[in-house]
Amino acid sequence: MNAFWIILTGSLVATCCSLLGCYLILRRMAMVGDAISHAVLPGIVIAFLLTGSRDSVPMLIGAGLLGVLTTFLIEFFHRYARVQADASIGVTFTWLFAIGIILISVYAGQVDLDQDCVLYGEIAYVPLDLWITEEGLSLGPRTVWTLAVVTLLIILYIVLGYKELFLTTFDPAYAAAIGISTSVWYYSLMTAVSITTVASFESVGAILVVAFLVAPAATAYLLTDNFKTMLLLSVLAGILASVAGYYLAVWIDGSIAGAIATVTGIEFMLAFLFSPSRGILIRKKQLQPVQH
Amino acid sequence: MNEFIEFFSFADANIRFVTVGSVLLATSSAVVGCFTLLRKRALVGDAVAHAVLPGVCLAFMLSGTKNPFILLLGAFVTGWLSLITIDFITSRSRIKEDTAIALVLSVFFGIGILLLTAIQHSGNAAQSGLDKFLFGKAASLVGEDLIAFSMVAVLLLVTTILFYKELAMLCFDKAYAKTIGYPVRGLELLLTTLTVFAVVVGIQAVGVVLMAAMLITPAAAARFWTDKLSLMLVLAALIGAFSGVSGAYVSYTAPAMPTGPWIVLIVSMIAILSFAFAPGKGWVSRLLRQRRNKTLILEENLLKLLYHLGEEKQDFQTSYSLQQILEKRAIPKKQVSAGLSKLRKQGYIEKTPAGWQLTLQGQRRGERVVRLHRLWELYLTQYLQLASDHVHEDAETIEHIITPELEQRLMEELGYPVLDPHSARIP
Amino acid sequence: MIIQVENPVVEVHDLTVSYDRKPVLWGIDLTLPAGSLVGVIGPNGAGKSTLIKAMMDLLPAGSGYVRIFDKPIAEVRNRISYVPQRESVDWDFPASVFDVVLMGSYGKLGLFKRPRQADKDAAMEALQKVGMQGFANRQISQLSGGQQQRVFLARALAQNADIYFMDEPFAGVDIATETAIIELLRTMREQGKTVIVVHHDLQSATEYFDWVVLLNMRLVASGPAEQVLTQHLLEQTYGGKLTVLTKVGELLRKQEFPARES
Ligand SMILES: Nc1ncnc2c1ncn2[C@@H]1O[C@H](COP(=O)(O)OP(=O)(O)OP(=O)(O)O)[C@@H](O)[C@H]1O
Ligand SMILES: [Mg+2]
Repeated sequence: MNAFWIILTGSLVATCCSLLGCYLILRRMAMVGDAISHAVLPGIVIAFLLTGSRDSVPMLIGAGLLGVLTTFLIEFFHRYARVQADASIGVTFTWLFAIGIILISVYAGQVDLDQDCVLYGEIAYVPLDLWITEEGLSLGPRTVWTLAVVTLLIILYIVLGYKELFLTTFDPAYAAAIGISTSVWYYSLMTAVSITTVASFESVGAILVVAFLVAPAATAYLLTDNFKTMLLLSVLAGILASVAGYYLAVWIDGSIAGAIATVTGIEFMLAFLFSPSRGILIRKKQLQPVQH
Repeated sequence: MNEFIEFFSFADANIRFVTVGSVLLATSSAVVGCFTLLRKRALVGDAVAHAVLPGVCLAFMLSGTKNPFILLLGAFVTGWLSLITIDFITSRSRIKEDTAIALVLSVFFGIGILLLTAIQHSGNAAQSGLDKFLFGKAASLVGEDLIAFSMVAVLLLVTTILFYKELAMLCFDKAYAKTIGYPVRGLELLLTTLTVFAVVVGIQAVGVVLMAAMLITPAAAARFWTDKLSLMLVLAALIGAFSGVSGAYVSYTAPAMPTGPWIVLIVSMIAILSFAFAPGKGWVSRLLRQRRNKTLILEENLLKLLYHLGEEKQDFQTSYSLQQILEKRAIPKKQVSAGLSKLRKQGYIEKTPAGWQLTLQGQRRGERVVRLHRLWELYLTQYLQLASDHVHEDAETIEHIITPELEQRLMEELGYPVLDPHSARIP
Repeated sequence: MIIQVENPVVEVHDLTVSYDRKPVLWGIDLTLPAGSLVGVIGPNGAGKSTLIKAMMDLLPAGSGYVRIFDKPIAEVRNRISYVPQRESVDWDFPASVFDVVLMGSYGKLGLFKRPRQADKDAAMEALQKVGMQGFANRQISQLSGGQQQRVFLARALAQNADIYFMDEPFAGVDIATETAIIELLRTMREQGKTVIVVHHDLQSATEYFDWVVLLNMRLVASGPAEQVLTQHLLEQTYGGKLTVLTKVGELLRKQEFPARES
């Protein structure tokens, strides 16, 4: 049963991360995703200190807000202080992440978070924290419920905003010309990314979540030319990695989240080499007859 | 306070050691970081930093020791590999650079975490301390490590100084460097190698997770204080060194605190203060400049106004009351009073019993503003074919900014005109 | 030579546009007649793209205003269409030709609504008009430059707007396609639409356009094509930038001066 809960948790994280990751990589904002996932850490710690629990709604909202604030801060440094764009990302997230780690050390006694958890989460402990109703009925792990709700929200967001997200990602200038607000969709997307990284934090930590955001989406991007298919494939790749990663971790007795990230990397490598349309080994074969 | 004195007296040989070590580690990455920053590849350093983790773990697994040279070698190999992977992915597929960086960073780190946890669970007693690579621990470096890493750091600094000219050229104008026969490929390779080395030694101080900050942040901060590369390198090195010492101190006084985050916090605060307050480029100094512009505009407008009044009467020796000035142009009264008293201090106007009067100096400056205004109006109508009723607004701003050289140029282009488009005389 | 018209479709009044405080367009004042094919012509970096973006309010104006159909732009968004410069998007994007053309209907649909059959028909019809009906399911990454241009054109057509802004629709297009496109633009003009086209080739300009706007940091001329495309005016347009103007622009940026006093 533990295996089931862990794999389910991994799959839920993979689903919402991969979906959003597709938009991030097409907007060339993968590193902004990386920055947000690091920068929510102080928000998580502060929310934890204030509310005393890990997966509460205030935590999701509070830490999520910090993620959006990060994008503002990056833009502020870039636009008003004229810091070079990549440096502005680098400075912002390392600074906020450092604050988060220091807060954890300072409040080590009061915060049930440690550095390991920050780095790679505690997906193995997810089944231990059960949601038990007042009648004593066990409804399964708390984290699964939180993640399920977040995943549903993300799917709803993408379904309802499908055409606007599609258009503002592909051609923002045209979108603006015909009256679709690019900044509304930009910031709502950043909010979604923030909430997702916060919700995933406990299971996979702040750094490995980047692998979930980027790798399955990049894999799917190499496999298809249809955006809807890309969304679906990325989710599939993410879920597959969760299953395979779990067993890999059990086999070599290491971190489950680390193993899942490793598998997403392997998936990408396979797509990179063997994708029917774009794999570099495949393409070479197709080209050969043309060469003299 | 005692600890402070104890630490900074450097009486203890160990403290001397650690301080020198931290300074070297932080300095070398800051210097190399300047070059990567200027090449707009700052975030690549982040990927390399995360990617050394699996190298360290693999080196340990294969050798079974924590010999610093072996770990360094492992780190070097995977760090290099990550850079090659990023380049390979971006050049051979449609994946863009940002995605490739994020991908390599997270996957390499994931592998590193998998290996690290596997090592920890294996019960091998020798492994303890390996996880210090995650967040760094400057003060607990033992002599042997410190010597190894400091040697690399010194080597790094020397190489940078030796190749200073070539690297500078690579950053500022790669195409030009190529045309004058620099081995650009080789230099890029050199810079890549230096970056990997800087990361490999820097992680001793701050750990892999925050290493990016040691490359990016001192350089970004230094960039705000100077436009000269040599000075920027020195400043970045100083900022890096300062935070390195602070980190060593934190490590010494509070062993439970993670060293890396403290170093990063300090260096980030320096950077953010630089972004805000650096003279010239900083945000605040730009705001101040904008405010100074506003004052300048107000003052010159007042002088212009008095000049206009004088022009009407053909007499610049009359005094005008505040009321008369306000009637002429709608400027808030408070601003006018403040502007007038400032102008008086500067000697452009005098206060007489009847009100305010231009001095000779003030008359000249007022005249110049009026002249520039009318010249610009003329320029706009002649060269931009703007209707004469549209040019006034534009000239209102430009009159305050034209330099004497531009004024001369305008006069020439317009053929030393006498009248403006509204047939007013150009003084 | 700046001719103003009565009842213009587009009215640009004293428009100054700056990037980072440095004006790249100075005090543009022009009006465009309804139902005409307008060419915007000038050297590289003259500010042609900037002008049409500012006309659609995609860039903030430092001074002045633009009115379209005698209304502020926000009120007439659904009557405006735009064909951006081809290089402005990533053609590796995972979308098919049909997906892109269907985007033409997004503006009118509003939030949460999906394109209906009628929108799909309109998209198909637009593809037919540009001769790309056979490519509907083709991935956009597999198109030639000219085909990409036609897809963008089809998207604008599918929108069925009243005024079209096109940024270099003839760039990288062969003669046959260019002729086909200009035919299309002419039919649109017959239907009373206004089409504003950024164009590079002086040779064809007289033949293509009714009205021509000559631009180089400032408005050099605006009027009927045959009156505007004269040796003298073209020399003024292509005779290099005005150094004084450029220098003053630099000063404004360096000194962080406001474009207007208040
Ligand atoms: N985003 C920007 N930031 C700063 N300056 C810009 C920006 N976009 C354009 N410019 C500058 O503004 C000026 C006008 O640019 P614009 O793109 O409007 O020219 P154009 O006439 O369309 O040129 P082309 O024929 O090459 O398309 C140029 O000098 C350009 O360098
Ligand atoms: Mg252009």
